[in-house]
Amino acid sequence: MPVRPTAALTALLSAALAATALTACGSGSGSSPDTIKVSYKQSTDNSLKVMDTYLGDVKKQFEKRYPGKKVELVPIKAPDSEYYTKLQQMLRSPRTAPDLVYEDTFLINSDITSGYLKPLDPYLAKWPDWRQFIDTAKSAAKGQDGKTYGVPDGTDTRGLWFDKGVFRKAGLPADWQPKSWDDVLAAARTIKEKVPGVTPLNVYTGKPAGERSTMQGFEMLLYGTGDGSSDLLYDSTAKKWITAGRPFKDALSFVETVYKEKLGPDVADALDPNYATAVNGELLPQGKLGIDLDGSWLPQAWLPGSGHAWPEWSQKLGLAAMPTQHGQAPGKVSMSGGWTWAVPAKAGNPDLAFDFIKEMQTEANAKKWYIANSGISVRKDVADDPSYATAQPGIKFFTDLVASTHYRPAYPAYPKVSTAIQEAMEGVTTGDASVDKAASGYDDTLKDVTDGQVTRR
Amino acid sequence: MTSRQQGARALPRALTRPLTRVLPLTPALVLLLLFLAGPIAYCVYIAFTDLQLTGQAHSSFVGLANFRRAFRDEAFVNAVWLTLVFTVVSSLIGQNTLGLALAGLMRRASKPVRTLTGGIVVTAWVLPEVVAGFLLYAFFRREGTLNAILDWLHLPRQNWLFTLPILAVSFANVWRGTAFSMLVYSAALDEIPGEITEAAEVDGAGGWRRLWHVTLPMIRRSIATNLMLNTLQTLSVFGLIWVMTRGGPGDRSQTLPLFMYEQAFQNSMIGYGTAVALLLLLVGSLFSAVYLRLLKTEVQ
Repeated sequence: MPVRPTAALTALLSAALAATALTACGSGSGSSPDTIKVSYKQSTDNSLKVMDTYLGDVKKQFEKRYPGKKVELVPIKAPDSEYYTKLQQMLRSPRTAPDLVYEDTFLINSDITSGYLKPLDPYLAKWPDWRQFIDTAKSAAKGQDGKTYGVPDGTDTRGLWFDKGVFRKAGLPADWQPKSWDDVLAAARTIKEKVPGVTPLNVYTGKPAGERSTMQGFEMLLYGTGDGSSDLLYDSTAKKWITAGRPFKDALSFVETVYKEKLGPDVADALDPNYATAVNGELLPQGKLGIDLDGSWLPQAWLPGSGHAWPEWSQKLGLAAMPTQHGQAPGKVSMSGGWTWAVPAKAGNPDLAFDFIKEMQTEANAKKWYIANSGISVRKDVADDPSYATAQPGIKFFTDLVASTHYRPAYPAYPKVSTAIQEAMEGVTTGDASVDKAASGYDDTLKDVTDGQVTRR
Repeated sequence: MTSRQQGARALPRALTRPLTRVLPLTPALVLLLLFLAGPIAYCVYIAFTDLQLTGQAHSSFVGLANFRRAFRDEAFVNAVWLTLVFTVVSSLIGQNTLGLALAGLMRRASKPVRTLTGGIVVTAWVLPEVVAGFLLYAFFRREGTLNAILDWLHLPRQNWLFTLPILAVSFANVWRGTAFSMLVYSAALDEIPGEITEAAEVDGAGGWRRLWHVTLPMIRRSIATNLMLNTLQTLSVFGLIWVMTRGGPGDRSQTLPLFMYEQAFQNSMIGYGTAVALLLLLVGSLFSAVYLRLLKTEVQ
């Protein structure tokens, strides 16, 4: 009977498989009280080991200071959006939840609402260093319940990068500092006229560039329309999203002008999902872009060994703050994001996890981290340290912008609101929609994605 | 009473034999139920909830709300329309016809030509989807190969990825997927007995008439199978479009899989995304039903 052995084998194999599969599901990681698990985002670029090196270093210090305690680093190697997804899945269950996670301020409020994170207020109250953090950064990880859920480890700011060579050819000053939107547009028009073959001004727009369009593009304009004191997207007292009013339309008009007058990149290029790579890797280094409204992290791409090393960028490029609409106070505007360290609600060792945050945030460690990752300090003591300010060209410029920066209302609906903004921008960029039509389209989408939680200003 | 004895013995045997045969399969069956049917059932369940990946404390059962939302959503309707265009252009017309033409032409070609063409076509098929996507992105982009060729021919430049993105990605899918049809049709054409073709030729049938009245009816089963497999595969194309256009500009190349991804993972609306996935499944079964029906009428 030749069938029997095979059947028996199949049965055996299936049973074994089932057993392994089932036990693999069932065996909990079971946090030991002396070990903390630290999850963080590992760069998808194998040559970038900044975070791994830094965390390895802090782990060593921590294990020395707390004898008998162990730190287990759990890197997640993924692009941003997949990292969020993976993390959120881990946070759902006590079996998979790490003790400490690296959270983007973009989504932290979403995760707070989901009940994934633990409020840190009792720990922060007893931690003297917390007073060193600037107020805007403290609010970045605050939930709608007023509690704080994360410790920021730096931030970023945004401004205008300009090509000094292009400016010389156009007869514009090398120490350019526009006072209003009109000044920015005027400079772009001059470049268009005097330096053919160069894109005068890049403002990211449309859905392909994603959050880059919203934050570096639209919000840098929108938050410059007021006096900088109130949020223009979200009314935090009424807990409602603000529909498109005059400020919103003014910001859209700016985008429309840039693309209608052909001051920006060719529309097809601007809507190419890979355009940002071209800006960092080709256009700026080759002197083909006059002005770029962009973030403080650009030099990271030009570090030696990064593929397009460009050490002389600081001689070729100038930096200017983005002005407010009419030059009204406070005169300049910036947007900030950044990442925070947070403790999951289902963490096994929250106390020890917070001790690890403290170790990462000793003044010396914080400074080391900011310098290593081209980050902008959110601590007053580090920002005042001359060795930090001179560590890289541009670092002082972008750190000074922190005083006039804004954080996004990163509440749960924000990612959807952001997409609605990108759609409105895209409409005026391609010329498919007028400013008014794009704005009313935004209102409709806003009502839909926030379940009608909107208010008119 | 031998016959009764036999009958008495035969009855339990008829029961025990299937049982002993089924028993070893049980673990596999359990595994299948657990890891295949389980997730599918869970998906169907989620499609009726407002589950989000993040941003909500509790999810609840919302009945048909996700489906109603989809049909009210302009972006969804747009995605369905683009999915149909993409499927008809790239699979039904492109891959299918081109595959048949290549298979037919290659039968007459010399061996070196056949090997070379076959090699090239199959290479396009073997390439990972993402790699193929990057290759075709480089071909279509404004500074890409296509425009270099047009320049050289003194023809006006085009920017397909921007002006007609759905056609560009359809072409990419034809480029990538034709090999499959070609292989299916080569095999089918080999099955046609030579004497039938000769007989038709003797009767004075020209090339087109032979194709229409002899070849196509003889390979109609392969046509149906090929159409069905092609269509189902094309309906689920994601990586190729994602790499080339991300569904843009705007949502002018956002087919259903990309729309689903955007809703589920970028807007974290897992419930809604899953509902869209079920609707995609529905579109797939509609196509299959049409093919089966066509096949049936041809047989009659």
